[in-house]
Amino acid sequence: MTVSRHVNSPIVGQVYVWRIRLGVWRRNAVNFVDELRKHPLALMGGIVILVYVLAAILAPYITAYDPARGNLRLRLDPPAWHPEGDWAYALGTDAQGRDLLTRIVYGARVSLTVGLLSVGISATVGTILGAITGYFRGRLDDLVSRFADLLLAFPYLIFAIGVMAFLGSGFTNLILALTFKGWVEFFRLVRGETLSEKTQEYVEAARVTGLRHAAIIAREILPNIIQSVFVLSTLRMGHMIIMEASLSFLGLGIPPHIPAWGSMVAAGRDYLLVAWWVSTFPGLAILFLVLSINVFGEGLRDILDPRLKIE
Amino acid sequence: MRAIKILERVIATIPIMFGVAIMVFLFMRLTPGDPVDIMMGQGGAVSAGEMERLRHEFHLDQPLSIQLWLFLKDAFRGDLGYSYVQKRPVIDLIVERLPATIELALGALIFGLIIAMPVGIISAVRQNSLLDRFSMAGAFLGISMPAFWLGIILILVFSVRLHWLPVQGRIDHSAGLQEVTGLYVLDSLLTGNREAVASSLKHLALPAVTLGAGVAAVVARVLRSSMLETLRSDYVTLARAKGASEWMVVLKHALRNALIPTVTVVGLQIGVLLGGNMIVETVFGWPGLGRLVVTAIFNRDFPLVQGTVMVYAFTFVMANLIVDVLYTYLNPKITL
Repeated sequence: MTVSRHVNSPIVGQVYVWRIRLGVWRRNAVNFVDELRKHPLALMGGIVILVYVLAAILAPYITAYDPARGNLRLRLDPPAWHPEGDWAYALGTDAQGRDLLTRIVYGARVSLTVGLLSVGISATVGTILGAITGYFRGRLDDLVSRFADLLLAFPYLIFAIGVMAFLGSGFTNLILALTFKGWVEFFRLVRGETLSEKTQEYVEAARVTGLRHAAIIAREILPNIIQSVFVLSTLRMGHMIIMEASLSFLGLGIPPHIPAWGSMVAAGRDYLLVAWWVSTFPGLAILFLVLSINVFGEGLRDILDPRLKIE
Repeated sequence: MRAIKILERVIATIPIMFGVAIMVFLFMRLTPGDPVDIMMGQGGAVSAGEMERLRHEFHLDQPLSIQLWLFLKDAFRGDLGYSYVQKRPVIDLIVERLPATIELALGALIFGLIIAMPVGIISAVRQNSLLDRFSMAGAFLGISMPAFWLGIILILVFSVRLHWLPVQGRIDHSAGLQEVTGLYVLDSLLTGNREAVASSLKHLALPAVTLGAGVAAVVARVLRSSMLETLRSDYVTLARAKGASEWMVVLKHALRNALIPTVTVVGLQIGVLLGGNMIVETVFGWPGLGRLVVTAIFNRDFPLVQGTVMVYAFTFVMANLIVDVLYTYLNPKITL
């Protein structure tokens, strides 16, 4: 008698449930690391991403130079291995005599922040809307789905450029422009998954036990979908970073005084004949980061959610 | 039956088109600032009385719903407004720039497919061979590379270093091309002007490769994996068992079915081609729609931005419609 009362008491029950959950998570984490070892490329991608993140955070400790202040006497200094190069400016300097390596390291801050924020917001909005509409259907579903179809009628970059044209350049506007359409993919994924999860028996069972709709969505359905959302987030991250760089390249993204890779490549365009390095290195920084994210994302997909593999 | 399905699909695009127009209209009106100021762009300083007259002329003194109705009515008639910066109707400016953009997009698409088709097929047939690994690594690089940077690297190598190809423009004026369609490569072929053919192709090469590289990468990857799937299917085994030659099996039985998912992806890539052309036209100074929009944004020439964005979206919707129709012909199982 006492025992059953004990188990039925809400706090003890919760502790019990959480202990099981923690156990499952730990086991999943261990499995995941084991799996990652079997995908050496993905592991390498993950390590490169980590290096970029650390460089962005520790930028002031990595380089002694100011990314914004140049020395005009050092204009367009070539990279170190060039006969006229200097190891003090390993990758050379730009037209204002600013150290390229310093600006690239600081530029990682912009790319990573924009990537994380735009994907994070898109994923959150898309997941919430997708779960609600997929679960309840009805008028809201029609409305949101039609709106999503409409957004899909615009090519992404053109949409973002249009939004930036009307809002003006700047960090917040950039995030807005990227997420305004970015949520659609997450919405479609989560809505579809919710539709199919809803027909599963465990949802019905949860309903019979008297769980409220909101609780079923949050505690029963979403944990089964979240891995797919995570995989899609990683795969979209590289895309968002390229979008930001493209907008900054056109002069529509990050304001020029903040070092961003896209605008650095654009600034180098005027000196292609005399200083190839100014455009080349920031572009390589984008390429390596996006490549690593994509490799990592595809590995993640193979491990967590092979169904997402369209090809 | 198929005709009816296609008609249904065509009709279904009409609300999307309306939605696009309404959204573009709302964006324009929700922009902070005085609409007349914004519409005039850098068109100039006007007196208060003049402003009132313009406000009336643009129906800004009317309620929003009437403004929207008038906007849609004009757009339907092909009147996309007036650029006060360039002092010309928006539609004229767009029509003038369209051929350059079409030529670039077609060039990129053709380049992309010429690379992607054989690479995708051979990589699937010789799975895990050195060639397969090499080309898939290349494709991965292609999808991770920003187009603007690729363009600049190509300029550095082929123009600055090797002096093989020009950096900017569409043709040398000394070639003396007579315009027919506005697509310079086609025009020079039509008029039989050999010098112009060479010149226009040389000018087109780098922009088309830059824009087409991403398409090539994506299409090659998709074609390879769908070929891998069809090559493993029962009907291919049956064809082999019947004694069809390997070449026949690959091209007729496997490829035809593998093309179905590929066509969808090519359709989606059209959006990438349209967006990317702003970037590539900026890098190569290509005088098309993309240049027009980017310049218009910096001039704060909003009627022009609005009109061009609408044309881009319409083109994308139409392209997807064509792809869907094509899809029904490729796959008789699917009805729209």
